[in-house]
Formats: sequence, structure tokens, C-alpha cells
Amino acid sequence: MRLRPSPGGTTRGNLPSTPRGAAAVLATLAVLAALGLLASAAIAQADARRSGLDFMSPALQTLQRDDQQNPAMLAVQDGEALWRTPAGAAKKACADCHGAAATPLAGVAARYPAWDAASGQALNLGGRINACRQRHQQAPALTADQPDALALAAYLGLQSRGVPVAPPADARLAPLRAQGQALWQQRLGQLNLACAHCHDQRAGQRLGGAVIPQGHATGYPIYRLEWQGLGSLQRRLRGCVVGVRAEPFAADAPEWLALEAWLAERAAGMPVETPAVRP
Amino acid sequence: MATENKVRALIHGTEALRRGVASPIRVTLAHPMETGLRADGYGNVVPRNLCTRFECRLDGALVFAADLYPAIAANPTLAFWLKADAPGTLSFEWAGDWGFVHRETRAIQPT
Repeated sequence: MRLRPSPGGTTRGNLPSTPRGAAAVLATLAVLAALGLLASAAIAQADARRSGLDFMSPALQTLQRDDQQNPAMLAVQDGEALWRTPAGAAKKACADCHGAAATPLAGVAARYPAWDAASGQALNLGGRINACRQRHQQAPALTADQPDALALAAYLGLQSRGVPVAPPADARLAPLRAQGQALWQQRLGQLNLACAHCHDQRAGQRLGGAVIPQGHATGYPIYRLEWQGLGSLQRRLRGCVVGVRAEPFAADAPEWLALEAWLAERAAGMPVETPAVRP
Repeated sequence: MATENKVRALIHGTEALRRGVASPIRVTLAHPMETGLRADGYGNVVPRNLCTRFECRLDGALVFAADLYPAIAANPTLAFWLKADAPGTLSFEWAGDWGFVHRETRAIQPT
């Protein structure tokens, strides 16, 4: 797995608590010294990752940053209304369990895709919303690009705006991330290109009139000017897959989730921008 | 295709009005602004569906109006300046093809 340059130098291991002997103390000190070295190395190696926001014109950046101009706020308001609206056979609203405001859910969206123990599979935020709908509201699941699904995801994502992307340190997600990383480097389609060829190797260069971004999925669902509306990460990925003239995976194929899990790992530590605006 | 929204409009700036001072008002309408010139994936022309007119009235008197045309993108945002001297009611009205009308009102209390 690629070494992830993380600004905080975060480590996944746990430090030994309350060492009992001198040897343990020494060992702890050695570990701490090693951590210190790692941290300083991480700082010395500046984070070269840049959000797609940095590749846009100042006018477009303002469109995203100014909530009074950001057109995705229409969907956010929809999501806020949906949050309080009873749905499904159970006639329950999200607010009935989670509270009238979603503000306590700050940082939640930054952790997905995450492992869902109840269903024994990984879920992205949309999948989590659907799981809630089916289990608690007895409502039908929504597809990734249905307006209600996008609106709820945008509303929840907004609660995590500015929070660093924090993929959970869960070993059960490792196979999914590995699959996503392999897909990222897998050549596809008649053009025989992998994601990595554009977004790792040629980021910052141009594809026609558009600057190629590094492909960090920190702002989804995004309002894309080309779409004239809000769209999911799956829609964006599908656009790229079709763009290299490959047959896109089915809407419920595990490949989309695998890519999303890898992208979250790849963007770990970068701030969530939901709802982002992109050209 | 534009996302279909239930909340049709966002209105900003009506609460920040100050007496006798021109202040910006920003309104965004959820609307597809379909030009009628595009075809869908099957080659069928998507019917024209435009919002063609916006009017803002303060206690019935027209303070701002705009005609909208096909080159304007979906979910059009309009910004204008408003100077109000007394409390009143601002009414916003969008109208367009297929009998589309959307109205919002905001009570204003310039400080």
C-alpha cells in the first residue's frame, strides 16, 4: 500500500498503557522516539495532495465557498426537510431517532465507507442511509442518484464540512480498500487507461480545456455545472469509466464501493468540502 | 438534468437590511432551465422548460425584475440591491413555461 502522507502523522497502532517495568518504559521511550522521527519526516515531506477546489477559477471557488451562492444549498435544504419528514411504513423520521438537528452527526460523514456489523458488509454514506430506511423506517432503498438520496447525503455531509476525512482503522475494510486500489491502477476500456494515469501521473495537466484534478473525493455529493445539478461519486466515477470507453459496472456492483473505500484512504486527513461545486 | 428539488427557492439578505442603506439580496430558484434545444439519450428533444420572468415587489411596488433566457443555467441565482426605509413585505415571484409560478414572501424589518 502506498505510504500515505498525513499532516498529523497519525498512526494506527495503540501505545502501550501504564508500562510495569523499566524495560517496558525504555521500550515505550524507543517507540515514542521512533514516532517522533516519523512525525518529523511526515512534516518535512509536505502534503502534495490538493483538492479539486484548488484547480478551479476564483469565481468557481467562491461559488462553492459562499453558502449564499452555492447552488447545492437547494438540495441541503431539501435534505433538512427530509430529515424531519416521516417516511416509510413505520412513519418515522430521521429526526425521531437522531434528534431534530443533525449537528450532533458532525464528522460522521467523514468516516464512510465503514463496516456495518448488522449486515456484515461495508456501507458508504448512501448505503448507511438506505440501511436506516429499510431497518427503521421500513421504506424502500434509494438509488445513488435519486434526488432524496443526494439531498440527505448533502445535508449529512455538510455537518462534516471541514472535518478531516477519517477512514476507520477497521481490518474488515482492508480487502475492499485493496480491491479499490487495484481498480485504481487497472487499465480499462478502449483507451486502456487507469485512474492513476490521469489523476496520479498527469494531475494538473489538461484534458481538452479542463484541468485534471488529483481525484480526491472529499466533496460528494457535488454540484457539477456540467450536470446542472447534484450528483453522486458513483456518477462521477461512471463518467470517467465511460470516458475511457469501458463498460461501466452495474449500479450495485461492489467495484464502486471498493473505489470509494480506496479514495477515502487516499484522501485521509483532507478536509470534507461537501457540498462541493465542480465545473 | 437538473436535480428536482422540493424546496424551490433560497432567499438571502432580507434579514440584514438596514434602514436607508442599499443592501444585497440574493435569490436562487430550483429550476431546470431546459432550453428545448437538447436531445435526451434516445434522440428525443427535451421540451423547453424555462423560468422566463422574476419580479420582486416591496409592499406591491415593483423594486426589481428580470427576464430570463435560454442561455441562463439551471437553478438561476439573481442578486440585486435593495434600499428599504420602513418595515414591509417583500414578495418574490418567478414565472415560466408550462404555467410555472413560484411565490415567496419575506417580512422585512430594516434596523
